[in-house]
Amino acid sequence: MDRNGHRRIGVYICHCGTNIAQTVDVEKVSEYAGTLDSVVVARDYMFMCSDVGQELIENDIRELGLNRVVVASCSPRMHELTFRKVCQRAGLNPYLLEMANIREQCSWVHSDKDLATEKAKALVRAAVKRAFYQEPLETKEALINPNTLVVGGGIAGIQAALEIADSEHKVYLVEREPSIGGHMIQLDKTFPTLDCSSCILTPKMSAVGSHPYIDLMTYSEVEEVSGYIGNFKIRIRKKARYVDEDKCNSCGVCQEKCPWQVDSEFNAGLGKRKAIYTPFPQAVPNIPVIDTEHCAYFLKGTCRACEKFCDAKAINFEQTDQIIEVEVGTIIVATGYDVFDPSVMPRYGYGKYDNVITSLEFERLSSATGPTGGRILLKDGREPESVAIIHCVGSRDQNYHEYCSRVCCMYALKFAHLIKEKTNAQVYQMYIDMRCFGAGYEEFYKRLSQEGVTFIRGKVAKVTDHATTEEEKGKLIVVGVDTVLGNLMRVPVDMVVLCAALEARSDADKVARMFTIGRRADGFFLERHVKLDPIATPTDGVLIAGCCQSPKDIPDTVAQASAAAARALALISRGKVALEAAVACVDETRCQGCGRCEEICEFHAPKIRKNGLISVSSINEVLCKGCGACAVSCPTGAISIKHFTRQEILAELEALVGV
Amino acid sequence: MNENEFEPKIVAFTCNWCSYAAADLAGTSRISYPPNVALIRVMCTGMVDPAYVLKAFELGFDGVLIAGCHPGDCHYISGNLKADERVKTLKRLIHILGLEDERLRLEWCSTAEGEKFADIVKESVSQLKQLGPSPYGNVTNKVAQVAM
Repeated sequence: MDRNGHRRIGVYICHCGTNIAQTVDVEKVSEYAGTLDSVVVARDYMFMCSDVGQELIENDIRELGLNRVVVASCSPRMHELTFRKVCQRAGLNPYLLEMANIREQCSWVHSDKDLATEKAKALVRAAVKRAFYQEPLETKEALINPNTLVVGGGIAGIQAALEIADSEHKVYLVEREPSIGGHMIQLDKTFPTLDCSSCILTPKMSAVGSHPYIDLMTYSEVEEVSGYIGNFKIRIRKKARYVDEDKCNSCGVCQEKCPWQVDSEFNAGLGKRKAIYTPFPQAVPNIPVIDTEHCAYFLKGTCRACEKFCDAKAINFEQTDQIIEVEVGTIIVATGYDVFDPSVMPRYGYGKYDNVITSLEFERLSSATGPTGGRILLKDGREPESVAIIHCVGSRDQNYHEYCSRVCCMYALKFAHLIKEKTNAQVYQMYIDMRCFGAGYEEFYKRLSQEGVTFIRGKVAKVTDHATTEEEKGKLIVVGVDTVLGNLMRVPVDMVVLCAALEARSDADKVARMFTIGRRADGFFLERHVKLDPIATPTDGVLIAGCCQSPKDIPDTVAQASAAAARALALISRGKVALEAAVACVDETRCQGCGRCEEICEFHAPKIRKNGLISVSSINEVLCKGCGACAVSCPTGAISIKHFTRQEILAELEALVGV
Repeated sequence: MNENEFEPKIVAFTCNWCSYAAADLAGTSRISYPPNVALIRVMCTGMVDPAYVLKAFELGFDGVLIAGCHPGDCHYISGNLKADERVKTLKRLIHILGLEDERLRLEWCSTAEGEKFADIVKESVSQLKQLGPSPYGNVTNKVAQVAM
């Protein structure tokens, strides 16, 4: 309000080039806005967000003494912050800005210019009315705890943790498996350079293990997250390993002596491990865990062979889970992906035929640390004479996952190269489209085309052992359509590799809820902005990196993890953060102290306090998120949400119909 | 639009995190829908006071849409579920007031569901066209005329 208590509102209508002006008569809207109550100036301009546009508003605030600003342009999700800063620079409280979304919700979705112009007028009218009732808000700041939590110890988590720790800031890296390494440590070579995955990852893993600024917690899971940006409290369950980490000297005798064998998760079920095990020899930390589901002592009460042979006396059957609480300022979630289980598609015969294997199984077969020492062999120990690689199993398929898993085309090419290198087998690629988009990828495709691999374009209908000719006997026959030649095809092979999709973790919903992250329809975590903010989430201070956001290759994962680390470091270096200003407030003269707000709030922000004889609610503004649940449930209407008051919303509603 | 055809007026209370963003996505993807709807941005559907809905009908809106995040995806954990409970009660209430309960709609749209948002608007418009104008719409117009 000016000195006389009057509102002085400026309205700014953006053309957005032709984005708005093409369907909305911007001049007419501007002219109309000028006639509205309390509006002292209304202007239209080609690009309101440009420097010139911003200066225009700034000058008007100063020269015309504006005390409310309405910008009618794109979505506030796009430029609200830009225009708030404009107000701030001109000395106006940033919360005295209101935006009318006449681009995303008007010009881009309507085609009739008259109707779109009328709607734009109504939206501007409503925004002006709402601005009329807005009040200045005070922005508070919270200090940032300089510690960071990284959840997930795959390549994304490792990269992010190292980047932050190298700047001498503390990182808690939590991994639920006994070792860090994630899926990447299971891979053999990596496309398109054919670097050995272990060779490039293990140095990073050991750097994590020995880093003075990384507190590595493996075989541990985050159980509870509370607090807010800068000040999160994390509860971590460190599962009992039944091996004393301080005493164990990683000699491996326990694993040698343990008589109980279990399918190895690391080898994708192709090899065996013991009931006391480290997942693989290069594990970090190289300390075994006892799998209580398969250990005879835990099942039957006898055995204890590991304990008997352990010179270091590190085995401790009495160990229990530990609960560790840590405080951090920023969280990076890098929980990775699951591999699609192709047994739900019986037509490919996975689980039925021994020599139909998944891509991950092939990685283990081809890896020097795998069950065959890197030799590509059939189940009966023979070398295959022919191998078919089927693309898009569970990806680009409306029955399973509609998205492209992004890495399969390239690893399929890598498989073909490895098979050619290690055996004399004929290799067939059955693909829908070859997607070779990254640096050096198309070149790798070209190279493989010259290595004598047969490319067949077409989706495979089924894999069968039902032979119809002499040649097909004893083989797996890949049946489908060659869409280039337009022929039915029957390709007899010894081995079939299914390029299984990358899918969201089966417990992604639980993790999303714990960290308050949104998810896409396909289950992956949702970034704040698909193009401009691929690492942030709706929850300030919670960042995402790697395949938990969407399927991606190693270079993209590393880039995203480094970006998340940079964002965390930016917060740490700034040291403080602005808190939500639009929070709940209580009119103590109306509050009866009934406690309904206390019951309904998920964030424990309202508390009933005794004030002499009277009990009233008071809001902890640091905890309050401004969701408004308490305001609606308050029986006396004592609670309101700043910036979203009843008066503001009802005024906006009334103005929409022209009241 | 046909000059004589009834054009319903709809107000949509959309949450900042999902449905408002879905409407933005419909825009970015240029998925068109009829201009009968205007959006009011709220931080959460749990913030939509039943009084807003009743006021909207009193003002003559033919339909009210409340759109939030899918269950489990609420930015404030359970605001959308609170809205769900309130809408159930409100539907009974507007029924007593002589309004068809279809005039109040609660929908879930994620940030990625721009097309779904557009479909909901299209569906609501055609459904309200079949129901015809809100009885309160006429009253308000008459009052307005008398006042003039």
